Amino acid sequence: MQCENCREREAVIHLTQIVNNSVTTMHLCEPCAAEKGVETGSTVAKFPLGDFLASLGKGGSEPAGEAGLDVPCPACGATLRDFRQTGRLGCADCYAAFEPHLRDLLRRLHGSTRHEGESYRAGVVPVDRLAAPVPAGVVAQGRALDDLKEALRRAIEAENFELAAELRDRIRVLE
Amino acid sequence: MDLALIPDGGLAWLEASGPLAHVVLSTRIRLARNLERAVFAGRASAEQRRRVLKAVDGAWPRCASARGGVRILLDELDGGEREVLHERHLVSKELMASADGRPGHSASAVFLAGPMGVMVNEEDHLRLQTLHSGFALQPAYAALDRLDGELGAVLPFAFHREFGYLTACPTNAGTGLRASVLIHLPGLVLTKEISKVLQGLAQVGLTFRGLYGEGSEVVGNFFQLSNQTTLGKSEEELLDHLGKIVRQVVEYEEQARQVLVRDAPTIIEDKVWRAYGLLRHARSLSFEESMNLLSGVRLGVGLKLIPGLSVYTLNKLLIFTQPAHLAALEARFPNDSELRATRAAYVRRSLDQEAAQA
Repeated sequence: MQCENCREREAVIHLTQIVNNSVTTMHLCEPCAAEKGVETGSTVAKFPLGDFLASLGKGGSEPAGEAGLDVPCPACGATLRDFRQTGRLGCADCYAAFEPHLRDLLRRLHGSTRHEGESYRAGVVPVDRLAAPVPAGVVAQGRALDDLKEALRRAIEAENFELAAELRDRIRVLE
Repeated sequence: MDLALIPDGGLAWLEASGPLAHVVLSTRIRLARNLERAVFAGRASAEQRRRVLKAVDGAWPRCASARGGVRILLDELDGGEREVLHERHLVSKELMASADGRPGHSASAVFLAGPMGVMVNEEDHLRLQTLHSGFALQPAYAALDRLDGELGAVLPFAFHREFGYLTACPTNAGTGLRASVLIHLPGLVLTKEISKVLQGLAQVGLTFRGLYGEGSEVVGNFFQLSNQTTLGKSEEELLDHLGKIVRQVVEYEEQARQVLVRDAPTIIEDKVWRAYGLLRHARSLSFEESMNLLSGVRLGVGLKLIPGLSVYTLNKLLIFTQPAHLAALEARFPNDSELRATRAAYVRRSLDQEAAQA
């Protein structure tokens, strides 16, 4: 079906609207839909993971073609073919190994590739030292932190958000 | 491991004390986290999975939020006990499957403390989760965020500057946050407005599921509304958006209930009392039938048509009339017809007790 707006591209978005009690349906291509301010949420929903996985390696925009499917992640050995079969990546490094594919996929799934949430500073203690006893200084600081966190919890419960914001800042400094 | 040792049985949220508890049963939030330089759980060897468990074992006691908590290894539980945890929403289907697929050496575990838990070696190394009574997105997230910070200070989480927290499935990357609100919508179902509401959800980037989350059917007019995307918005934005929509859906539901009471008072009253009568006297109940009848009675309590019955009792019935919970009451695993009889007896006993107190 042709896009009703530009009459050039294939219509991929079928927008049903109810205006003044009458139902209208518009058939649009992606750029025209975006131009008309159609929420990315609905575009996102049109690209479920399964479709993307099925289209992997079927030529088209796929840069490496079928051959690229068997290039393993250097860290865990998982391939894009494995990903296509299971829908799961092998390890965190797969994100770097298959970055162009995943950037594309993330944009389709979420409408964005940029994390806007809380940022994370890598763990202070390496995994292999976890069993070791915690040094005394760390414990004391840990307690002060615990108290602040408890105060933060109470502030949030009491909906005292100003105090909560201040406490959160102090916790960040300690952490 | 004796499941009786779990603090509150992991069921504190049933108390129905939370905001909008007459419509919203519970609020649940989960955060998906993985360890740096470790193969994701699905692809990991038995030894690699054991090492992840060991790392969490070391970190858990150092979290203030974990005080008084317990660790449960799925390898040490029989099938019935695992089902009980699943029916309490403490263990996911995927975690059970991970243990079933690697009998005796799965290193699949769940750590529980108060309303919080951490599933280890599910699809992601860690799935932090919390379950609160009623509509409580902010307090639930505040509690989970604290645990996340405590664990993340000790464990090196896999985090990417652009993509955020890295997860086994790209649908969870970014914040790794899925917030779900379990909501009871009999008014919208009876007035046939529900499909409009559910269609609207997809357009605002939300999704709905049944009682047990992903892939489960809707029973008893219970719907789980949750965010669909996890990347590109902050945790606060995701929660705010879901919260706004839930509040709107609750409003629609209340309007629908008012319409029912105004336009068809006798029909509604009859429906509600029939449901109550059946539950009070039936000698055999299937799970689905009891869920649907409980939905009717819950509506009756919400409309103040049935006096002297608490939402807490109804919540308890939702959990304890499930197959594994009933089986735990019997010495052996009952067959279907025995299960239905046990269920009916349990419901009768609960409602009789409540009526005697009223």
